[in-house]
Amino acid sequence: MDKITVVLAGQPNVGKSSLINAISNAKLKVGNFAGVTVDKMELDITYCDEKTCQDYMIHVVDLPGTYSLVDYTQEERVTKDALLEGDYDLIVNVVDSTHLQRNLLLTTELLELGKKMVVVLNMIDEAQNEGIEIDEKQLSIILGVPCIKTSASQKIGIKELEESIIKVSQQKESESKVIYSDFIEEEITRIQFFFQMRRYKSSLSYRELAIKLLQEDEQTYKKIHDEPIWIELQHIVREALEHLYLHTGSKDIKEIFSDEHFAFAKGAKMEVMSRKSMRAKNFTQKIDNLLINKYLGIPIFFLFMWILFQLTFTIGAIPMDLIDASFAWLGESAKSVLGDGVLGSLVADGMIAGVGSVIMFLPNIMILFFGIALLETTGYMSRVSFMLDGFFHKFGLHGKSFIPLVTGFGCSVPAYMAARTLKNEKDRLLTLFIIGFMSCGAKLPIYVLFIGAFFGDAHAGNWLFLIYLTGAILGLIAAKILYLYVFNGDDEPFVMEMPKYRLPSFGLIWHTVYGQSKSYLKKAGTFILAASMLVWFASNYPKQNELEKSYATKIELSQNEEDKKTLGNELNKKILEESYLGRVGQASEWFFAPLGFDWKMSIALETGLAAKEVVVSTLGVLYSLGDETDENSSSLREQLKKHIPLPAAVSFIVFVMIYLPCFAASMVFAREAGGWKYLLYLFIFTTTVAWLLSFIAYNVMKLIVGA
Amino acid sequence: MVLSELQKGDMANIIRINAESTLRSRLNSFGVMRGESLKVKGCSLAKRTMEIEIEGTLLALREEEAKKIEVEKLVE
Repeated sequence: MDKITVVLAGQPNVGKSSLINAISNAKLKVGNFAGVTVDKMELDITYCDEKTCQDYMIHVVDLPGTYSLVDYTQEERVTKDALLEGDYDLIVNVVDSTHLQRNLLLTTELLELGKKMVVVLNMIDEAQNEGIEIDEKQLSIILGVPCIKTSASQKIGIKELEESIIKVSQQKESESKVIYSDFIEEEITRIQFFFQMRRYKSSLSYRELAIKLLQEDEQTYKKIHDEPIWIELQHIVREALEHLYLHTGSKDIKEIFSDEHFAFAKGAKMEVMSRKSMRAKNFTQKIDNLLINKYLGIPIFFLFMWILFQLTFTIGAIPMDLIDASFAWLGESAKSVLGDGVLGSLVADGMIAGVGSVIMFLPNIMILFFGIALLETTGYMSRVSFMLDGFFHKFGLHGKSFIPLVTGFGCSVPAYMAARTLKNEKDRLLTLFIIGFMSCGAKLPIYVLFIGAFFGDAHAGNWLFLIYLTGAILGLIAAKILYLYVFNGDDEPFVMEMPKYRLPSFGLIWHTVYGQSKSYLKKAGTFILAASMLVWFASNYPKQNELEKSYATKIELSQNEEDKKTLGNELNKKILEESYLGRVGQASEWFFAPLGFDWKMSIALETGLAAKEVVVSTLGVLYSLGDETDENSSSLREQLKKHIPLPAAVSFIVFVMIYLPCFAASMVFAREAGGWKYLLYLFIFTTTVAWLLSFIAYNVMKLIVGA
Repeated sequence: MVLSELQKGDMANIIRINAESTLRSRLNSFGVMRGESLKVKGCSLAKRTMEIEIEGTLLALREEEAKKIEVEKLVE
């Protein structure tokens, strides 16, 4: 069976993914491009040529959409590298038939690569609805490559495309051609002629070589520079360039050629496209009149967001509870099978609990990503950037940063993943770094506990709101500071297409959701499993057998239930104190002392690195109340009030607001940011900020209280 | 005059793009070229971003970028 490797290239929003979805009998593989967080979609199609009875395996790699071959964003870089250096047989260039001219610009650039190519005129049904007629035969002649009309939604042209791929792959070499203006063609001919005269040996055709020289392609120069022919060639090329400069009045060769590409694309369009009527885009226009209305646009957006988060966190909570319960049950049964010993504890408290905490987020992630995919594929997301960019840009963020940031109030895990919608690396990193400032749902119990203990229940809601608001404001300030002093590279120019509104197919959205969920489970799952085992180990070891024995006898000897419970709690406290985790807490007391924390609070914060929910239960254990405590436990409140002075409590809240998110989130952060070093930066950054602000809060409160 | 000075509904021809090569190539790739005509479709609050239509493509750009596009307003 012959294998043909095809790269799928095209501008964003041309329906590449829908096209992939429309191909039946395909096996899909979702993953990442090596070393970057750019989604990679690959599929294998088996194709049987009916005439020759030859079987083919078509391996398709879907490249990220790009408007032109540049390398500003990570995705554009991936596409450009893959096209220039990748190992493939041919390019399938997907073109949006309703935006022919703009799409042909990229086609022109692709043609210049000199590879075998097939052009797909996608969304032809939509074009027809808009009254656009395209003569694909004429276009084939102009471009020198086959052009095929397709529609993913109507499943038109899929078979023809497959046939054409096979046919083109069997050609000896590419027949693609870009024709330039006469004055450039003249210079090309002159250089070509020179190569012919010298019978120069080259893997590229003389024409390609001449064009590359005129375009000042570095690689070509490097290669020819070391050859004897260079001495004469140099003069000819210099002269040719002078002619171009003289003719265009510009000394920028890139500009000269991009004018050429544009002229070529426009010329091609003029020749092959005709407009029967002007029924175009009324639909998009009408919706936009409402959705990006100067005054109504933003409230409508907030409404959509509100619905999305209601769905995410209320509907998501139903399976979450179920998953939680079933994993608890699984843990219990594991313990009953394996016994209460080391193995049972490792499996139940370490592994099952750890994996459970990963899977628990899955409903959230799926619902949220369903919503985000819907917003993106309909074309609404770019309207959001359009409306909010003015505000967010002041803080160095992007209009699209809004969604990950708001998601952060629910849970940081999906929030970090949602930052993928930001295509520019700097925007994404900046957003990732400040998501933690948006207090997540798991921090709520801590706030409720401390507010209840120190400020009373009467104004709890107001205090809570103040905490969340302060976090958000601090986050924006942090963004500005990071933007000014850390990520102070060039701004990406904000020039963005607002795609037409389109109803996406369910299958396409499902693909996105499925892909994201799978990659979350796979990557985060393995890391979190390892990490939760580590935390389990640190909080259970070294074993204190004697301590446990002495308590066991004490518990047996004691008469009433109450005493037994107290003794049990005391044992838990002692075990935690003596564990590696406890030792770390005590060893790090000096670090937290200036903030007013005792070692118990320090340990609670450190266990909070595993999961924020644990902070409350750790405090419960350390204040000898057992680990069944929750934020509403009145005895824990009293204990806290008795042992912790008010300034230390405030400083504790401030620290919790800012410091490193939980383990699951940290793992996802490292993955989304693109490396462990970023997690280290985040750790240093959040810890420093948390420490400094807590220190300030502690001392200011001390002054106010007068203690 | 420059693009950012136009109001919603205005039409104009592009005379020149005064931008460094990254921005210019980005604009070019969307079909924003010398000689092409465009229409302003709308602006966000405080005119931080604006939406234009060029050759059937809707584009959003920031005020900073719009300032770099020299245009000639067309009278209807």
